Amino acid sequence: MSNPELTQDEIRQADRNIRRRKWLAIMFVAPLLLFIFVTFVAPIGTMLYRSFYHPTVAELIPDTLTQLDEWSEESGDLPPPAALNAFAVELQALAAERLSGKLAEEVNRGYPGASSLIKSTARAVRRVDLAELQSSGGQLVLDANKKWSDVNVWRAMKKSGSVFKDDFYLTALDLERSPQGEIIQRDTQIYLDLYWKSLKIAFYITVLTAIIGFPLAWYLANAPSRIANTLMIFVLLPFWTSLLVRTTAWIALLQTNGVVNSILMSLHITDEPLEMLYTQFATVIAMTHILMPFMILPLYSVMKGIDPSYFRAALSLGAKPIPAFIRIYMPMTIPGLSAGALLVFIISIGYYITPALVGGTDGQMISNIIAFHMQSSNNWELAAALGSLLLLLITLLYWLYDRLVGISNLKLG
Amino acid sequence: MGKFPRYFTIWQKLGLSGVKLTAYLVLLFLMAPILVIIPLSFNAEPYFTFTEGMLALDPSAYSMKWYEEILADQKWILAIKNSFYIGLMATLIATVLGTTAAIGLTSGQMPFQRMIMALLLSPMIVPLIITAAGMFFFYTQLDIAGSYMGVILAHAALGTPFVVITVNAALAGFDYSLVRASLGMGAKPVYTFFKVIMPLIRPGVISGALFAFVTSFDEVIVVLFLAGPEQRTIPRQMFSGLREEINPTILAVATLLVIISGLLLLTMEYLRARGEKMRAGDVD
Repeated sequence: MSNPELTQDEIRQADRNIRRRKWLAIMFVAPLLLFIFVTFVAPIGTMLYRSFYHPTVAELIPDTLTQLDEWSEESGDLPPPAALNAFAVELQALAAERLSGKLAEEVNRGYPGASSLIKSTARAVRRVDLAELQSSGGQLVLDANKKWSDVNVWRAMKKSGSVFKDDFYLTALDLERSPQGEIIQRDTQIYLDLYWKSLKIAFYITVLTAIIGFPLAWYLANAPSRIANTLMIFVLLPFWTSLLVRTTAWIALLQTNGVVNSILMSLHITDEPLEMLYTQFATVIAMTHILMPFMILPLYSVMKGIDPSYFRAALSLGAKPIPAFIRIYMPMTIPGLSAGALLVFIISIGYYITPALVGGTDGQMISNIIAFHMQSSNNWELAAALGSLLLLLITLLYWLYDRLVGISNLKLG
Repeated sequence: MGKFPRYFTIWQKLGLSGVKLTAYLVLLFLMAPILVIIPLSFNAEPYFTFTEGMLALDPSAYSMKWYEEILADQKWILAIKNSFYIGLMATLIATVLGTTAAIGLTSGQMPFQRMIMALLLSPMIVPLIITAAGMFFFYTQLDIAGSYMGVILAHAALGTPFVVITVNAALAGFDYSLVRASLGMGAKPVYTFFKVIMPLIRPGVISGALFAFVTSFDEVIVVLFLAGPEQRTIPRQMFSGLREEINPTILAVATLLVIISGLLLLTMEYLRARGEKMRAGDVD
């Protein structure tokens, strides 16, 4: 755009000013951007990478795998003696370093039964002379167990040696590869069921917070400001209270001899204490309580801005209160309702602490199985694959939230 | 509300009273669980439940022994020290980085503003289990897993979104021509920052810092994955307590934490009132 009143020089001067201010803004944002990249984005990236990069076997038996590369697995023949000898040598080395169990575990995923096979053979070759292994170790291995003559063991070994694989995603989606290499569904659904259960639990919590939060938010928005401000403290105090404290409180309330059961029994509503703790019910009720403020606060701020004269106008024009409320007032609260609902849903879908402490086996969510694979079963790659799928889901919801609400409109407290 | 307008029918009055009653019941649902643990923490017996004696208000059924136990237990003392040390360090980093970034982001000059904002706020949205797993992989490679450094950096990253949001909000009505005026009259940028920008956004910065502190103070999952036994924090100690042996020491700690949250909330409300006044323009 040319401005006739400015000289070329002045335009250039203005351009330079704009550029300088842009650079200044970048300089202000850059430190945090860099910090987040190193401390947060790179870790997430590492996790994504771990979900398909798996060098364990390649590091354990490199020579065998190089030899197996030259073997055509479709031929139906056993690998050449050189490959078998290399395997015998490497197996002995692994046995000496107590790493054969790790190899056994890895190959067993592709060929059930390989675990005991590898472990027993490792014991068999442990004390054999190295020179003998180098020349005829392959035959020793084949003699150690007749299962080694099954070509499928070697196919599984070769496949477990590839560094990049989609196996963990297949497992995470309850799929597997048939011996013919087709992708088929597993007989038992574990992870898809768990994703589905997490979505269901998150949905219950979202609906409950909306139903329970709506009347309170309405009352807070319409009460005289002195009362509303005082009552607001009772919404904000739980919000500011440690998550662990609130979860502890629910344990005290819901346990077999807990407060809720005592009240129910003294009122003769039930004669025996109800088993409420360590169930899905406990997860839902405790998380509803914990996430309530995330529903109430956006609802409140939207309701606060609704002009009461619309509702009054509907009434004075002859509408019945309930239809007027549903058709006039409710639609105006949708921005707050959708903001709150998305926020509660996003937070609850990836929740870990509360289900871990009050959920028992029935109330576990997808995060808990990820933690299980990270800490107990040490299947980090599967944990990473499950986490990546969860991340995909969250990213979609986050994008939706940004679209509908605008991430910059997020308010706190 | 209070008194109903005279033209209300009896049904409308009843309906409104019903909503009011529901609202108070919801408040009870929000507050009761937190209030229940306070008397339970004075239980003389090692249970999570009210004993007969407690219900009869028998003084001998109450005791301070769980509080004494906290002070006597080296593990809790270490956890308390760790929580404050890690929390304060993480808050310091998060507040400095978050405040400067928010100033750059609201200046209107930042390219890809929306995308960068979404990225900077993502630590708040990504489930902590994913963040913790990723940090465990990456920080192990950097050799800072199981160190104070690792936990502090992780918590700082988790706290920055809150600082960015609150400072952003504080800057919403900020007039950037003030900065240009200050610079134009020869003030140095650093002087301008502390004497022109800072006084106007201070409530936002402080409330962001409080949020960042609480985020760290309350965080368990990253600590579970990243911290060694040396870096155990209060929530981490509570988590293992609740999983292994439940005893009322946890309730005593929980009660102390409720008091801390109450103090934080009061500070926060005070700051909010001040911030609103400031935006209205009548501040000393």
